[in-house]
Amino acid sequence: MQILQTDIIVVGGGGAGLRAAIAAAEAAPQLSITLLSKVYPMRSHTVAAEGGAAAVTLSSDSAAAHFHDTISGGDWLADQPVVEFFVKQAYNELVQLEHWGCPWSRQQDGNVAVRRFGGMKTERTWFAADKTGFHILHTLFQTSLKYPAIKRLDEYFVLDLLRLGEQVVGVLALALNSGELVQIQAKSVIFATGGAGRVFHYNTNGGIVTGDGMALAYRHGVALRDMEFMQYHPTGLPGSGILITEACRGEGAVLLNKHGKRYLQDYGLGPETPLGQPQNKQMELGPRDKLSQAFWHEQQAGRCGDYNGHAVVYLDLRHLSRAHLQQRLPFICELAKAYVDIDPALEAIPIRPAVHYTMGGIATDINCQTSLPGLYAVGECASVGLHGANRLGSNSLTELLVFGRVAGEQAAHYASQCPPADSKALGVQSEMTQRWLNRRFGTNTTDSVAQLRRDMTLAMEQGCGIYRTGEGLAHCQQQLQALQQRYQQLKVTDRSKVFNSELMQYLELGFGLDVALAICSAAMARTESRGAHQRLDSGMTTRNDAGFLCHSQLYYKANSLPHLSWQAVQISSLPPALRSYGADNAIAENSTDSTQGTQP
Amino acid sequence: MTEYQLLVQRYDPEHDSKPQRQHYTVPGDHTTSVLDALLYVQHQLDPTLGLRWSCRMAICGSCGVMVNGIPKLGCKTFLRDYHTDIIIEPLAHFAVEKDLIVDMTQFLAHLSAIKPYLMNDYSGTAVHKQTPAQLAKYQQFSNCINCGLCYSACPQFGLNPEFLGPAAITLAQRYNLDSRDNGKAARMPQLNSKNGAWGCTFVGFCSDVCPKQLDPAAAVNQTKVESAKDFIISMFKP
Repeated sequence: MQILQTDIIVVGGGGAGLRAAIAAAEAAPQLSITLLSKVYPMRSHTVAAEGGAAAVTLSSDSAAAHFHDTISGGDWLADQPVVEFFVKQAYNELVQLEHWGCPWSRQQDGNVAVRRFGGMKTERTWFAADKTGFHILHTLFQTSLKYPAIKRLDEYFVLDLLRLGEQVVGVLALALNSGELVQIQAKSVIFATGGAGRVFHYNTNGGIVTGDGMALAYRHGVALRDMEFMQYHPTGLPGSGILITEACRGEGAVLLNKHGKRYLQDYGLGPETPLGQPQNKQMELGPRDKLSQAFWHEQQAGRCGDYNGHAVVYLDLRHLSRAHLQQRLPFICELAKAYVDIDPALEAIPIRPAVHYTMGGIATDINCQTSLPGLYAVGECASVGLHGANRLGSNSLTELLVFGRVAGEQAAHYASQCPPADSKALGVQSEMTQRWLNRRFGTNTTDSVAQLRRDMTLAMEQGCGIYRTGEGLAHCQQQLQALQQRYQQLKVTDRSKVFNSELMQYLELGFGLDVALAICSAAMARTESRGAHQRLDSGMTTRNDAGFLCHSQLYYKANSLPHLSWQAVQISSLPPALRSYGADNAIAENSTDSTQGTQP
Repeated sequence: MTEYQLLVQRYDPEHDSKPQRQHYTVPGDHTTSVLDALLYVQHQLDPTLGLRWSCRMAICGSCGVMVNGIPKLGCKTFLRDYHTDIIIEPLAHFAVEKDLIVDMTQFLAHLSAIKPYLMNDYSGTAVHKQTPAQLAKYQQFSNCINCGLCYSACPQFGLNPEFLGPAAITLAQRYNLDSRDNGKAARMPQLNSKNGAWGCTFVGFCSDVCPKQLDPAAAVNQTKVESAKDFIISMFKP
């Protein structure tokens, strides 16, 4: 088995991984950094983020306002010291990206433009047309080429962590183009492996978003935190789930039911705003959880249209000029044309909610450190405590940058002080993994990876959707446990070494099943409704701060249900209050503005 | 649902001495993409089929293949537009690693070679000012998704893999045209070399196949003009 040695391994080449690698290279140029990813970095799913990245920018805006929006948007489940740190660092990180060449959209005077976004009370979302994630990812990737300390291992898939006692000392990875297992020793490891949206059937995520890093850390005893909070993005294309950005609504798009009604006014988001005059935190600029829940009610009431058998509502951009659409939303025009054959200047786009973002993840502290010495986690795979029960759009791209930097610097600091590991002991672990891998191959009578994956994603869609019931969750949990039994019997039939897709998907499915069971188990335990987690059972339909103002933490138990514990939310300055949008929000904000002086 | 006939080039380096075509029948409707069809094959008919893909929305650049001889993104090419057998092969001009998976190493090396990052002496903390007009000068060229289709369309890259090729020259031009950048002098030696812009014979097929319509041929042509200016200026320098 090939053995490689490096100082820091970054697993994942998306926005968080690249930002972490650059930060490490700048913090400690003498260290060697290995950026490892199962795909080429520019294929990472950061590429598909469209709308923008949030930071306080206008003189009329304030860190306190961004803080308030994020805490209330997260239904008071975000850790407030983390949010305070985040909103203060956000602007500098977006400027840093500007200095690295990101083609941010501009105002006429040459300053960076900002746009409206859901749940944000002021325009503070920086954007690069409607391909912000794409431009952030490519800017970071191209900038990373400047740093000779950063060596890439493209198309390597991590199978396991290497450990000596509690300490993480590297990874075992499969070189996909040779099928060889490689032992990569390091002093610190950063997981930036992305979310787990692909455990659901209808999602906006790329095929690679399979929860690998979450499951790996979890199997090694690190808690997965707040996994019950999965974000349904209100505007995905029917069937495919392809993302139609929230920036459409920021630019003034409206949502209509099959009768042409602006139905959001019936769900505490009104009053209706005039066409072409979007108001922050009102109607279509409400937060994603509320909008997806409103869709569910419209569907129950029979007020959705039909598109190829999918219930849909309509995203209407017709009142915006074609020139404006081409300048601000060119990618949306391209996607609508290619995938639903619609010109948004002439016709409303059929859309429906689709799973988009994993709010929970690998539990870390504010320094991105996990409970295992030497292991850091950042980005969507992590739960640093920023998003609470519902993430606001445009906070996650900024998160990749703010906390990517933190993770890189922290991992570099740790690696600089850490003595090299005793590599002899690692040989045993590596050989065990190699033998485990060899035993995966064989023949199947009926099951296949594809069939099992389909059963998992449909079970999750049914049991862990926008609204949940105790009965539905219990059924989903049983199904997932049965799927895990079937997975134990499943074999990989393709024995080839070079780019063995079946093997890779088999391994991803194993990770996904563990994460899916964590999501379902956390959702069962939270017998209240908060943010993206909504229960229909009687007595559970509202927020219950007395019982549940805390993070769920799940610990892995092999061949069993996870062990659950609760962790108090860190509240520093903004005590829990009613979460309100539309007209109610205006009233609430007037009253809080006069009574609160303690925000950051 | 309609039935479509796919002829997919297969090559397993561990067993095959040369590529061969395999026939599959797949169901499809007016929304089915070539990528959907290939994933149907992989999930329902033959799990050994090798291909790259991820976003399925024409932004990650993974799923480039030849469809009836033309380089295409699998996810943005639809079965409805084909009325005969659909022949799917790996991207031309790249070495095949397995089935539809090609070796992108050379492509990545070309991207790195042109120093694709902002170079300047700016040490301030404010953002650079850049007007919409200044942004518009390079914006189109910043939209490259690195899918590699233009290399499969480029006869020169087919003859000489050392040729920097359309995407790398476009990326160089993206930075050269950026009002915040002073790195052109550092990039020109690569672009002036025999494997730089002058390797292009202006067939223009690269621009035809670009799934993002960013006209790499125009970027290459602009680079030739810059390169010629460089040459003339150098003649008058002592």
